[in-house]
Amino acid sequence: MQVAGRCPAWVGASMQRGNIFDYRNYRYFKLAVILILLALAAWLLFDPAVGHYGGSWLGYGFGTLSAFMVLWMAWYGVRKRRYRGTGATQGWLSAHIYLGTAMTVIVTLHSGFHFDFNVATLAYGLLLVVVVSGFFGNYAYMIYPRQMTDNMGEDSLDSLLLRIAEADKLARQIALQMPDDINNVVARACRETTIGLGVLEQIRGYQPDCPSALAVEQLGGLGRHLSSDQRTLYHELYSIMVRRQSLVKRARQDLMYRARLGIWLYCHVPFTFALLTALMAHVVSVFIYW
Amino acid sequence: MDLVLNRYSPDERYDVIIVGAGPSGLSAAVRASEQGMNYLLLEAEEEPAGTIRKYQRGKHVMAEPRGLPLQGALPFAAATREDVLERWEEAMAEHRIEVRYEARVISVNRLDQGLEVVLADGEKLVADHVVLAFGVQGNLRKLDVPGGDLPQVQYQLDDPEAYRNETIVVVGGGDSGVENALALTGRNQVIVVNRDEDFSHCRESNLSQLTEARQKGALDWLLETTPRAVERNHQGEFPITLVVSTPEGIERIPCHRIIARLGALPSRPLLEKFGIDFQTPDPTALPQLSPRYESSIPGLYIIGALGGYPLIKQGINQGYEVIEHILGNPVEPADAPLLREKFAKLGADLDIDEALAKIQRGVPLLAQLNTLQLRELVLESNVLLVNPGDIIFKRNDYSTTFYSIVEGDLDVLIDEDNIPDAVLKAGEFFGEMALVSGRRRPGTVRARTRCLLIETPRQAMLKLIGSVPAIRRMLDEAAIKSAVLICIGLSLKEEELDSLARSAVLRQYAAGDELFHEGDEADGLYLIQRGSVTVSRMIGGREVVLFYVAAGNYVGEMSLISGEPRYGTVRAAVATEAVFIEAARMREIIDRNPEIRAALDERYMQHLQEQEMRQQMEVSVDTGTMSVQGSPSNLFSFLIQQGVGEATDVLLIDESLCVRCNYCEQACADTHGGASRLDRDTGPIFANIRVPTSCRHCEHPHCMKDCPPDAIHRAAHGEVYIDDSCIGCGNCQQNCPYDVIQMAVVQHDRPERSLWQIMLGIQPKVTPAVDSRKVAVKCDMCKDIADGPVCVRACPVGAALRMKPEELMGYAGGGTLPGVGGG
Repeated sequence: MQVAGRCPAWVGASMQRGNIFDYRNYRYFKLAVILILLALAAWLLFDPAVGHYGGSWLGYGFGTLSAFMVLWMAWYGVRKRRYRGTGATQGWLSAHIYLGTAMTVIVTLHSGFHFDFNVATLAYGLLLVVVVSGFFGNYAYMIYPRQMTDNMGEDSLDSLLLRIAEADKLARQIALQMPDDINNVVARACRETTIGLGVLEQIRGYQPDCPSALAVEQLGGLGRHLSSDQRTLYHELYSIMVRRQSLVKRARQDLMYRARLGIWLYCHVPFTFALLTALMAHVVSVFIYW
Repeated sequence: MDLVLNRYSPDERYDVIIVGAGPSGLSAAVRASEQGMNYLLLEAEEEPAGTIRKYQRGKHVMAEPRGLPLQGALPFAAATREDVLERWEEAMAEHRIEVRYEARVISVNRLDQGLEVVLADGEKLVADHVVLAFGVQGNLRKLDVPGGDLPQVQYQLDDPEAYRNETIVVVGGGDSGVENALALTGRNQVIVVNRDEDFSHCRESNLSQLTEARQKGALDWLLETTPRAVERNHQGEFPITLVVSTPEGIERIPCHRIIARLGALPSRPLLEKFGIDFQTPDPTALPQLSPRYESSIPGLYIIGALGGYPLIKQGINQGYEVIEHILGNPVEPADAPLLREKFAKLGADLDIDEALAKIQRGVPLLAQLNTLQLRELVLESNVLLVNPGDIIFKRNDYSTTFYSIVEGDLDVLIDEDNIPDAVLKAGEFFGEMALVSGRRRPGTVRARTRCLLIETPRQAMLKLIGSVPAIRRMLDEAAIKSAVLICIGLSLKEEELDSLARSAVLRQYAAGDELFHEGDEADGLYLIQRGSVTVSRMIGGREVVLFYVAAGNYVGEMSLISGEPRYGTVRAAVATEAVFIEAARMREIIDRNPEIRAALDERYMQHLQEQEMRQQMEVSVDTGTMSVQGSPSNLFSFLIQQGVGEATDVLLIDESLCVRCNYCEQACADTHGGASRLDRDTGPIFANIRVPTSCRHCEHPHCMKDCPPDAIHRAAHGEVYIDDSCIGCGNCQQNCPYDVIQMAVVQHDRPERSLWQIMLGIQPKVTPAVDSRKVAVKCDMCKDIADGPVCVRACPVGAALRMKPEELMGYAGGGTLPGVGGG
C-alpha cells in the first residue's frame, strides 16, 4: 500500500500489501527463478546425442512443458473475468508475469537456437511479441496509475468534460460582445478543439496545433484596442479560456493514460490467439512427421 | 335492521355497542356479527378507519409485530393504505356490518342494568356491553385562533399532488406536519411553522430530509413561532394571511392554504368523564383494564390504541377477543401457540402464564415490563436451555443479541487464560455491551451449570430501552459497571467495582467535541463505551492526530499516573459515549490495588515509547524528510473525516496501483444481481488512497435507524446487510451519510458467462425479473460467498483492499488491545 512506501517500514507493518511483483513475498518470482535454474542445469548437464534441438528427448520435455504453460497463461484471460471463482486474481497475475517470463527462457532452450522459416519459428516469434507486449503492460501498470491520480485528483473525466462544455458556453456568450477578431478566435477554439479524437491523438495525449492553446496565445495580443468596458469582459474571457485550456489538457492526459494502459492489450491478446494457432500447427506437424 | 325505527324505540337494547370503526372496532363488529349478537357499530366520521384514511396516499401500512398471528375474520397484511382500506370495506360488506356514521358519543352512563350511550345529537342508546375502540387520533386538535375555521385551513393532506403553485403554510413540527410539508415541496412554496425551537420530535429521516430541503431552498421554516390569527384577504393573489408571533415580533404570512397538523387531543379527560379510572395521575397513563379489557366500569371495555396498544394487529386481535370475553367464551390470546412453542423445551405441560411469571420473578430487569410487553419480548426472543460447558458466545464475535438469565450460572472469560474472570448468576443479564457499542463481544460467556436463558435481538431490546425508562436506567448502570470491569477492573473486588461504578458517570459527546484538552489538569479517566476518539497534540504549530482509540478502551490514564498536565487533546471522532471516573476516586483505587497500579504503569511506559516514536515521525515530516501529505497523522485525519472512525470495515483503493480496469465493480455487479454496490470512480483521495463510495459497515449503522420492516441486520462477522423483506421505502438511502445505498432492481439467478461469451465479450441474456420492484441494495461484504469480498479478489493488481479501522490506525501499539490510548 502506498502509505507504506512513504513511511518508515514499521508503520506499514500491519498494512503492508503486495503489488503484483512482490505478491506473497515474491512467491512467483522465486518459483520462476527456480524453474529457470532447473532448465539451465538440465541444458548444461544433459547433452543429447542428437545435440540441442526440439526433437531431442530434453527438447520434447521443454516443449511439452512450454505448451502447457502457454495454455495456462492464456487461461488467465478467462480466469480474471470469472468473478465467482475462489482465490485472488492478484496471485494469478503475479504468476502470469513471472512464470510467463520463465517460460520464454524454457522455450528458447527448447528451440536449441535453431531458427528457420517454419511454423516453429513463427510460433517462437509470436511468443516474443506476446511477452514483450506484456512487459510493456507491466511498465504501464507501474507508472501510469500514479500519474493518472496526480493528473485528475478527485475529478472524473465526465466532470471535466462537463466543465469544458460550460466554459465553452460562457466563453462564446462573452465573445459575442467582443470585436470580430476575438470572437473568431474563441469560436474556432470551441469548435475545433478535439479531445481524444482517434487512436493516435489518444496515445499522444495532445492535438497538433491545438486551437485552444492557439486561442489563448492569440487572445493575449488582441486586447489592446478595447474600450475600458470591454476590457473587464475581455479579462474574464481570457481567464475562462486559460482555465478551459488546462481542463482540455487534463482531459487529454487522462485519455492518454487510459489508452496507454489499454493499448498493449490490443497486441497482447490477438497475438496470443495467433500464437495458440501456430502452436497447434507446430504440435500437430511434429506428430505427423514423427 | 331499520335504523330509523331504532331511533324512536328506546326499548331496543343491544347486546353490545362498539364505538369507533377503526381496525379494533371493525374486528369486534365482524366477530359480533359472526356470533349473531345484537350489536351496533358507531363511527363519529363519515367513513370507517379515519386514522388510516388520513395517511398520505400510497403510504405503506405496516403489519407489526411481525411474529404475531391474526385472530378473527377481518383481513390485514402489510400493504398500501388503499389496499388495506379496500379489503376492510369488502369485509364490512361481506359481514353486513351494522354501522352508523356521524354518530359521536359524548357520554356513557351506568344504568341499573347495562349502560347508556349518549350521542352528540341527544339520542340515547342502551346496551349490556359497550366497547370503546375510537383510538387516539379521532379528536384532532384544531387551530384555536380567530379565523381558524376558514375553509382554507385544513387538518389533513390526502393527496399532495393536488396542489400546485400555491404558497402553503404547514403548522406543526411533528412527523405528520413535516411529512406533509416535504410532500408539497417542489411544486409549491412551503413554509413550516413550528412553536418549538427545533424539530426534535421528528424522526431522524424526516429531519434530515427537511434540513436538506431547506438547504436547497425548497422550503423554509419559522421556529418558536405560534399562530395568532387567520385573516381573509378580499383582494390580491393570496386568499388568506396567517398572523404569527415570532421571537422577533408579529409577522404576517400571506398564503393560499394552511395545513395544521397539531396532533390529537388527549383522550383521558373524555374517558374520565365516562367515569373510568386510570393507572396513575400521569397525563399519559393508560386506563385501568382487566386482562379481559374491562375497565373500572363493569360492562365497559376498552381496546386498541385507546387502551395503550397502538398497533393495528393488536387492535384487530383485541376486537375478536373482547367479543369472546363478553360472550363468556374461553379465548386464548393470539400469541399463545407461539409462546407455547417457545416454552416447549421447558416441559410439555407448562402453563404460559406460569412461565412468564417465572421469568418476571427470576429477572428483575424484565419485571419492569407489563404482561403484554413481556409477551412481545418473549415472542421476539429465543428461549435457550444450555448445558454446562456450552459456549453462549465467544470473545470477538459480532453477535448483537442480549441475554437474560432466568436460571443457572455462567462464567465470563475476558482474557485468553481460560480462567473465569467473572460469574453471572440467575436474575442477571449480559451482552448489553453489544447494544451500546456495536462492536465485537469483549469476552466469552460459558455456561457453568444448566441454564435457562432468554436471548433477545438488539432491535427488540432497543425498542424497550426507548419505551421503558426503568430498563434504560438499569442497563446504563450495568453498562458503566461492565465498562469498568473490562477496562480496568479485572482484579477489583466486587464491592469496590460496585462503588466505582456508582460514582462513575456516563458522558455523551458529539463528533468533534473535546473530552479534554492538551495542558489541562487531569480530571479523571475516560472509558470509551461507544464511538471512538482521536488523541492529538500540537506539533510545530499544527494539530497532529497521534492515535485512534476505539470503544472498549480508555484514555486519560497517563496524566493520572504521572500527575502532569494532559499530554494531548482527546476528541470524539464520531458520536461517543464515555464513562467518566474522577481522578480522586481512581487514585484511591490505584493506591489500594497494587495489581492495577502495576498494569497501568506498564501501559504508561508502553505509551510513552509509542508517543515518542510517533512524535519523531511527525517531526521528520516537519523537517522535510517526509512529504507532508504522506504523514500518517494527515492520513488519519483524512480517514476520520471520511467516517472511517465509525466504520468496522472499509474499502480503500490504492490509486497508485489501480489500473482502472473496473473489474471490482463488474465482479460486484456479476455476483449481486446486476447492480454494483461500489463506485470506484467517486470518493475523496488522499495520498493516493481513495475512499470509494462503498459501505463502511458502520458501528452504528445509520441505515438501520429507520427501517420500517426491520430488514437491515448485522451478520456474525460484522457485515451490515439488507434482507429480502425490504419494501423499497428509501429511508436507509436517505439516512446513509456516505451515499452508499442505491435503489435498484435485483436480478436473481444471473447466469455466469460462458467461455465463448467471455472471449467474445458478450453479456449473458438476462431474463427480465418478474418482480421488477426497486429495493435498497448495498454492500454485504459478500457474506454468502466463500473466500470473501469479490471486489478485492477480482482486482488483478491488488489495489482494492478492505481494512478494519484498527488495522489501519491502530498500528501504534495494537489499538485493539484494551487500554491503548494517550492523554
